[in-house]
Amino acid sequence: MELLTLRKKVKSDNNTSSVMTTTNEIETTVEKKETSRVRMEARNLTIKYGTNVAVRNLSMPIYNEKVTALVGPSGCGKTTFLRSLNRMHDLTKSASITGEVLLDGNDIYDPKVNPVTIRRKIGMVFQKPTPFPTMSIYDNVVAGLKLVGIRDRKLLNEVCEIALTQAALFDEVKDRLNAPGGSLSGGQQQRLSIARALAIKPEVILMDEPTSSLDPKSTMKIEDLIVELKKKYSIVIVTHNLAQAARISDYSAFMYLGDLVEYGKTKKIFQNPEDKRTEEYLTGKFG
Amino acid sequence: MKTLRRRQIQDKIMEGLLVVSTITVLIPLVIILAYVIYHGFGALNWSFFTEELGSPARAMQGQPTGLVHTMIGTVVVDFIGLIIAVPIGVGAGIMLSEYPEHKLNPVLRIMNDTLNGMPAILKGLLAFALIVKPMGTFSGLAGGVALAFVMIPIIARTTESSLMTIPWSIREAGLAIGLPRWRVVLSTVMPAAKTGLVTGFLIAFARAAGEAAPLMFTSFGNNYLPNHWTGMIFGPVDTLPQRLYSLAISPYAQWHQMGWAAAIVLLSFVIILFVAARLLTRQKNY
Repeated sequence: MELLTLRKKVKSDNNTSSVMTTTNEIETTVEKKETSRVRMEARNLTIKYGTNVAVRNLSMPIYNEKVTALVGPSGCGKTTFLRSLNRMHDLTKSASITGEVLLDGNDIYDPKVNPVTIRRKIGMVFQKPTPFPTMSIYDNVVAGLKLVGIRDRKLLNEVCEIALTQAALFDEVKDRLNAPGGSLSGGQQQRLSIARALAIKPEVILMDEPTSSLDPKSTMKIEDLIVELKKKYSIVIVTHNLAQAARISDYSAFMYLGDLVEYGKTKKIFQNPEDKRTEEYLTGKFG
Repeated sequence: MKTLRRRQIQDKIMEGLLVVSTITVLIPLVIILAYVIYHGFGALNWSFFTEELGSPARAMQGQPTGLVHTMIGTVVVDFIGLIIAVPIGVGAGIMLSEYPEHKLNPVLRIMNDTLNGMPAILKGLLAFALIVKPMGTFSGLAGGVALAFVMIPIIARTTESSLMTIPWSIREAGLAIGLPRWRVVLSTVMPAAKTGLVTGFLIAFARAAGEAAPLMFTSFGNNYLPNHWTGMIFGPVDTLPQRLYSLAISPYAQWHQMGWAAAIVLLSFVIILFVAARLLTRQKNY
């Protein structure tokens, strides 16, 4: 609800065109969230680095307001796939992509689509926390707004507070928002990275092993957070931690050597896998 | 145990060799400094820093004479060079570091290295053709342009290498929150590389401050302060390295001594800049 009020505020407070676009984007989001269940979809997606095939002919849906986990042994292509979902490969010279990735039915690889607009709708959290080194906690959170020209102090303050609250970090940092982002602990930095991703109000959040560099306590906090976030967002998470996938995801995809071996409800994948390779991996026979 | 002892001895020998080569590097510098100070210190007096040079008669008759116009001119011409070179050099450095896939990137890299290795006097000739000929007069501006050609390739390279030290993950984090690429570079990568960038400017500045060749047919030299400060930009201007040269080839003993003193001033200037660059790189604020 607080988000909705904020959206109205954005609309009434501002007259700059960039803010208006954001507002419009947000409003279409709200409409579409109610109507569609499949938020994103990969269709016959093949990703190559040079001649090396990293992901082969992969098709799978990503459901709205659900957590989808990508699991599999190292080098199976799960991170490559995740990064293709918000066009992070655009800067990798050797990477080539065929097939489609749909967001609400529109191909994000359409030449007419600007990757920057896509990344504002599909946020990403990386394996290692990446606070911008020279910015304060506050500036880190609102970087995605401030650096595209939104100057309204009141709006930024609100977004900062909401994003930090959603990322379960606000209480820990509210008294030192001007301290450098790098001064936080590893777990806090990762939640800061999540808050920064949330501040631009994405529709989908991609997480690449977000807890692999964190201690168990911080991991738990982030997992709780993911479960909380899926009420509003679609989440795709790459994880090496099978127990984590089982705990927090609704759907799971098992990938092996670039192929999607099995995809389905997490419960089914973990309790009654169809493919022998899935079963062997999940029971620890390899990987 | 014998082999262990042998390895320890080898280690000592290698360390000794390193010390020897370090000293070999330092010896010429120390000799030059000592020689310059020995010959020039006598000419360093108050009027050296307050008077203009004037005609040779002034020095020969023992009237107060100095190089104040040269020192001011050096600072003016070098700063003109820096003002021109920083935006261009930084732009080229960003291209080299941040847009490796761009078609122009390999061309720029070769051109930049060529410009860096080109004899400085050619840069002076270029500035002569570009500025002095159309303007019809030697000028501080032309000297600044010539020095900018010296600084640009250095700044491009130091900018590139200091941006490269910033982890790629920072750029991806910026892109992931939907920032355009130029904004990521400007607002997240460049602030993080700030000290490295400034150090690069200082190094380029110090390098250019020691160049005489590019200034000979651009800022040309002048024995007097101009009547109006604009003369420093639009008229012929004196600079330390080039004045040092003309004092050294003059037939007057007093001027020779002033040449040594000019060398002391120039060396101190350059050393101060390099020390500043060192101190800057040492402070990391994150």
